Amino acid sequence: MKSSQNKVKKFSVQSMAIVFGLIAMSVFFSIASPNFLTPSNINNILLATMINGVLSVGALYVVVTGGIDVSIGTSMTFVSVMLGVFMTWWGFPAWLGIICGLLTGALVGLINGIMVTKMKITPFIATLGMQMVTAGLAIVITGGTPIYFTKISGYQNIALGSPFGSWFASLGIQDYAVNTGVLIMFLLAIIFGVILSKTSFGRYLYAIGNNRESTRLSGIKVDQWELFAYIVAGCMAAVAGILMTSRMNTAYPSIGSGYEMNAVAACVIGGASLAGGKGSMKGAVLGAFIMSVLTNGLRLLSVSTEWQKVLTGVIIIVAVYIDIIGKRKKNG
Amino acid sequence: MQNSIIEMRSISKAFPGVQALQDCSLEIKPGEVHALLGENGAGKSTLMKILTGIYQADSGEILFEGQKVKIGSVLDARALGITMIHQELNLLSNLTIAQNIFIGKEIRKNGIFLDEKAIRIKSAELLERVNLNVDPNTMVSELTVAQQQMVEIAKAVSYNSRAIIMDEPTAPLSSSEIERLFDIIRDMKKSGISVIYISHRMDEIKRICDRATILRDGQYIATVDVAETSLDDIIAAMVGRKVTFVRKKRDKSKILAEEVLRVEDLNWGSKVKNVSFSLHKGEVLGFAGLVGAGRTETARLVFGAEKPDRGSIYVKGKKVIIKTPYDAVNCGISYLSEDRKQFGLITEMSVENNITIASIPKLCKGLGYIDHGKCASEAEKYAEKLKIKTPSLRTLVKSLSGGNQQKIVVAKWLLRDTDVLIFDEPTRGIDIGAKDEICDLLVSLADMGKAVIMISSEMQEILRVCDRIIVMHEGEITGELDADTATQEDIMRLASKI
Repeated sequence: MKSSQNKVKKFSVQSMAIVFGLIAMSVFFSIASPNFLTPSNINNILLATMINGVLSVGALYVVVTGGIDVSIGTSMTFVSVMLGVFMTWWGFPAWLGIICGLLTGALVGLINGIMVTKMKITPFIATLGMQMVTAGLAIVITGGTPIYFTKISGYQNIALGSPFGSWFASLGIQDYAVNTGVLIMFLLAIIFGVILSKTSFGRYLYAIGNNRESTRLSGIKVDQWELFAYIVAGCMAAVAGILMTSRMNTAYPSIGSGYEMNAVAACVIGGASLAGGKGSMKGAVLGAFIMSVLTNGLRLLSVSTEWQKVLTGVIIIVAVYIDIIGKRKKNG
Repeated sequence: MQNSIIEMRSISKAFPGVQALQDCSLEIKPGEVHALLGENGAGKSTLMKILTGIYQADSGEILFEGQKVKIGSVLDARALGITMIHQELNLLSNLTIAQNIFIGKEIRKNGIFLDEKAIRIKSAELLERVNLNVDPNTMVSELTVAQQQMVEIAKAVSYNSRAIIMDEPTAPLSSSEIERLFDIIRDMKKSGISVIYISHRMDEIKRICDRATILRDGQYIATVDVAETSLDDIIAAMVGRKVTFVRKKRDKSKILAEEVLRVEDLNWGSKVKNVSFSLHKGEVLGFAGLVGAGRTETARLVFGAEKPDRGSIYVKGKKVIIKTPYDAVNCGISYLSEDRKQFGLITEMSVENNITIASIPKLCKGLGYIDHGKCASEAEKYAEKLKIKTPSLRTLVKSLSGGNQQKIVVAKWLLRDTDVLIFDEPTRGIDIGAKDEICDLLVSLADMGKAVIMISSEMQEILRVCDRIIVMHEGEITGELDADTATQEDIMRLASKI
């Protein structure tokens, strides 16, 4: 009896505030701008959330352990560039290029994980170093010029294709056809959400984030599981790199920084704590949506990018504060 | 008779479930070194916390130089000239010695700028008083523990202290460092500063202290002149003659010949020296000794939480390599730390998740997918078996009492089904009633065929629960006793090596 009450309450405080926030924001923008609730704009929002959503999936794994990965944004850039190297420069077929890209991301995550778990470098510092290394390498490799993917046929379909396009068209709503990249994001969020909440791997990550030493003394290989979390983050950066290059049909060596903080912010808006042990996939994805709806809506209202930034910052602070108030009430 | 500087009269203090102090008195004369003696839990630290304003007494009064005073905070105590040097030193390691000594009372120029020069000169003077020849600009992090302690003393002196309380000051010191500390204490005596000296080391009491006040179970027992009293009499007063527990005769047939664990020649720095012992199925083996005797370290080495310098471990006759707790658990060894909140529980997680955390692989459906039904039913089973009182299995562990938290840790290892359970101070921080329950639980675990090690500083408890007792002193095993015939005095003698 009591347990079910707790559950309802937990649900209401943590996720409902975000859902309400997202709905309220959407209603406000729909009224304020006639262009907000149009098929093409909804598609814009989804595509804008695609990259940040995938990065948030990876960021959440690390945040749950009590760490932070500030290298995922530039790792994405690094992988983008490497994809160009593999496919455009070296002529790998697309499937091989993608596998090599994923491995590159995994390698970056592995190095991050080794620095944190074996060399005992603070996660922030270790991944900050990696952020600079990957950002630098992306420029070094390309000499600062973009690599185009025009030679690889069908590469754009990874992000921009619409697998159910004909089906939607037959129903007469082809404008609402969802892009492949967006589906990939949701699919990854569901798979990695299930892993986080339903499997031993996920359980150990929460345990590590709550109390690493107790977990270690429970006979759990904490170093190994924590390392895996960084590898997941690296792989998600790689997927984001694939989606990014596919959408642009180009690898730009100098974009990507700033994405890591958006991803961490999405996790935190969704109820994760940077102290570790807390956070959900549902929250992280909703957090990513809140950020892109806000940016999109403000742009429609012709608010300058500078002011968009200010408001996004305010939203993050408000979201975290709501969470704190909720917790205080729960504790009596 | 000289007037006293501090007089504490019939002090009582209760904590939820525990009467920590009952009518305790303490009288300190100017310029004397006064030992405060008693077993763990006798109430020494509570009494000192009341004297230094950390706790408030429920009843009783404190007189300072004959005047009744109210000590409501550490600042009040300091204003009177009473300071305490805690066992865990309280220095800020990234500041210099001078900055540490003058923290909170910095000397200022024109009321704004720090007068670093004046601070340095004054610090140098203070350091000279404690015989520490180190530049006051040295970072505290570069000092040895002994030097840090000197800085603490210098800091205490800088408050114009009239009485300094030292809690186990010699525990981290080598014998030559102890001599230097004693010289300083003698100097302080000469200048009229009183020292309240808390130590478990009887030989030191005899050497440095003038008088001693003995507490037992929160009650005042006696104040004696150290020079005129034999150590045996002091120990007798500390442990008491009364027997407050009944040692249940264990059915010896439950202790089997099968050796579950054997440790040979375990060594780890100066903390653990040549430790060897063996443990049998169905046996409760006690590890007695004073705080810092190396018992916890020994347990952590066996459990793989630390890496030994050398030594071998045999499980059921087979040599095993244990590098991590993961290896130890796979060999069937589990360790239940004295600090449950930090090293045993994940307090922000539910009762169910804490009980199951060490056994997840066997509660999975495959591919690591956790079988929630099975988790709930197993957790339920052990919660019932150990009579864990919790509103629900989903309740967060942090909201439960110490006794129930301890049972959750036990449940975790019962579910994991390890053969060896090492309990480190299993009754610490648990109220009296639950203590009995935990003690009975240890015996019933042995009856079930587990091999149990109990580390405890409470001798009565060890005598009551264990079959065999190993006593340690400064990292070495000083003796082994049969619990049926051993007395508290026997343990105390081996533990303090006299």
